[in-house]
Amino acid sequence: MSTVTPIAPTPVAAVAPRGRGRRRRARQLGWNVVGLVVLFVMVFPVYWMVATAFKPGQQILSYTPQWIPTDPTLSNFRDAVDQPFFWDAAKNSIIIVTAVVALSVVLAFLAALALAKFHFYGRKAFIVLILGVQMVPLAALIIPLYILMSRVGQVDKLSGVIAMYLTFVLPFTVWTMRGFLLGIPKELEEAAMVDGATRFGAFVRVLLPLVGPGLVATSIFAFIQAWNEFIIAYVFLHTPQKQTLMVWLASFTTLRGTEWGPLMAGATLCALPVVVFFLLVQRRIAFGLTAGAVRG
Amino acid sequence: MTSVAESEFTLASRRRRRFTRQRIGRVLAPYALLAPAAAAIGAILGYPLYLLVKMSFEKYGLFELIRHKGRWIGTANYAHILHDGEFWRVLARTLVFTAVTVTLTMVLGTAIALLLLEVSRWLRIALTTGLVLVWSVPVIVAVDIWRWMVDYEFGVANWTLTKLHFGNFVRHDWFANPWTGFGVITLLIVWGAIPFITITVYAGLAQVPQELLEAAAIDGAKPWAVFREVTLPLLMPIFVILTSLSIIWDFQVFQQIWVMLDFRPTSDYYTMAIYAFHQSFQISEYGLGAAIAVVMVLFMFAATLVYLRQMLRTGEVR
Repeated sequence: MSTVTPIAPTPVAAVAPRGRGRRRRARQLGWNVVGLVVLFVMVFPVYWMVATAFKPGQQILSYTPQWIPTDPTLSNFRDAVDQPFFWDAAKNSIIIVTAVVALSVVLAFLAALALAKFHFYGRKAFIVLILGVQMVPLAALIIPLYILMSRVGQVDKLSGVIAMYLTFVLPFTVWTMRGFLLGIPKELEEAAMVDGATRFGAFVRVLLPLVGPGLVATSIFAFIQAWNEFIIAYVFLHTPQKQTLMVWLASFTTLRGTEWGPLMAGATLCALPVVVFFLLVQRRIAFGLTAGAVRG
Repeated sequence: MTSVAESEFTLASRRRRRFTRQRIGRVLAPYALLAPAAAAIGAILGYPLYLLVKMSFEKYGLFELIRHKGRWIGTANYAHILHDGEFWRVLARTLVFTAVTVTLTMVLGTAIALLLLEVSRWLRIALTTGLVLVWSVPVIVAVDIWRWMVDYEFGVANWTLTKLHFGNFVRHDWFANPWTGFGVITLLIVWGAIPFITITVYAGLAQVPQELLEAAAIDGAKPWAVFREVTLPLLMPIFVILTSLSIIWDFQVFQQIWVMLDFRPTSDYYTMAIYAFHQSFQISEYGLGAAIAVVMVLFMFAATLVYLRQMLRTGEVR
C-alpha cells in the first residue's frame, strides 16, 4: 500500500484557479476529519478488546466505561490461560494448522504448476471448477460431510478435520500459486535452458527460488483459514481435549458466567498470531521477487 | 553384418520408443501433477455435494445414520419444507438480511475507498493500516468483541447511546428483539467486511487513468458525475465480483449468529444455514436439512454464475 504514490489532486482541484488555495485546504481538513472519525469507528472495537484485556476486574464491571486501562494488569491473561483445555486447544490448533499448511502448499504447488506451465485438455474446465467449488457453502456441505466422516470413522479426530481444511483451502491456494507462477516470465526459464540447464534444473534453480513469496503467501493464507475456522471444528470435535482454540474461545464461560476480562484476554491471544501473519503477508504480496528480473 | 544392422535397428527403435515415452510423459505430466489436489477436492467437496443431493431425496434420521444408509422417499422432503411456513419465513429473513448487509458493505466500503483518495497522506496510511488490522481479526474474536460492546449491563454501546440522549439504554438487551438483534449482527458483519471491499476498490481506483478524470472535470462534470460516468463503468468488473462474493458470504451466514446467541438462537434468528443445521444436527432430520441446504445452494448458484462469468470475462482465467 505504501508504494502507492500520493494521489494527484482531485479532479475539481486540478482545474480550480490558484486563488482558491484556502478553500482547498478547508476541504482537505473536512475530509481529514471524516477520515479520523472513520478510523476511530473502525479501530475502536479492536482497541476495546485489548483495553479490556488489560483492565482489572472492577474497571471492567463499572457502569461508566473506563476508556483507558489506568493500572494495567496481566491477571486476565493468567485467568484465560488457566481456563480448562486452553493448552489442549492451543496444541490442537497448532497441530492442525501445521499439517494443513504443509500439505496444502505441496498439493497446491503441484496443481498450480500443471495449470500455469502446461497446456492440456481440460485445463480451463479445471480452473472454472476450482473457482466454482470455492462458492459451495460450507454450511450446506457440513451435513453430508458429517455422514461421510462418520462412515470412515473420522468424527472427533484431528485427521478428519485436517483433511477437510486442506480441501477447503486448496482451491484458493492453487489459484494464488498459479498467479505467482504465471508472473514468472518464461524467458527466465528458457535462458537457463539455453545456458545448458535441463528442464528440471531450470525448475529447481530458477522457478523454485522465484516462487518463494508465492509459497509464503499461500501458506499464510492456509494458516489463517485453518486457525480461524469454527463450524467444522465445532461440529466434528466433540471431546473438549480435542477442540481447537476458536471453539474454546466461542464456548468460553467460567463458573461465574461470562467474565469479560479473561474472555477479552483469550480473544487477544487467539487473534495475535493471525494479526501478525496478516500484516506480514500484506507486504509479501505487494513486493513480488520478480519485479525487477525482466523489464522491457 | 546382419548383427550390426540388427543392433542399429534396435538402437533406432529404442530411441523412438524413448522419444514416445517422453512424449507420453509430457502429455501425462500435468494430469499427474493435478491428481492429488483433484482427488482431495473430489472426495471432500465433490462427493459430499452429490451425497447432499441424494440425501435430500431420502429419509435420513438417527436410525439411518447408524445403519449408514438412507431410505429413498422421492420429493417428500421438498414437499414438506415447501408447505412449511417456517421455511418461507426463514428464506425471506435470509434474503432481506443478505440484501441489507451486502448493500451496506458495498456502499460504505466504496465510500471509504473514495475517502482514502481525499485525505492527507499520513491519514491514508493510518486508515489502510487500521483496515488491515480489522480485516485480520478472526470472526469468532470479532463476535466476542461485539458481544462485549453491546452487553446489556456493562456494554460501552448502551452507555454511549444513553449519554448521547438517544434514549434510555440502561440494561437494554439488544437481542430481546430480533430486529435490533439482527441490527447488531449486521453491524458486526459489515464492520468485518468493509476492509476487504475498501482495499480492493481502492486498488482499482488507483488504476483509473488520471487523464480521464481530468478530462471529464475540464468538460465541466461535477465530482458525482465524474464518479458515475467515468469511475463506476471502469470499476464495474470489480464491483460485480465483490458484490457476488458478498452475496455468497452473507447468504450463508452462520457462525456470527450462532456464537452471538450462545449456540442456541431462538427461531426468530434462524437463517437458511442455521435452519438447515437445526434440522440436521439438533432434531436429527438429516434428509430435511439436506433439502433446505440444496435450496440454499440453488439460491447462491445464481450469484456464483455471475461471479464466474465476470472472472472469465475479465480474462483472469487464461
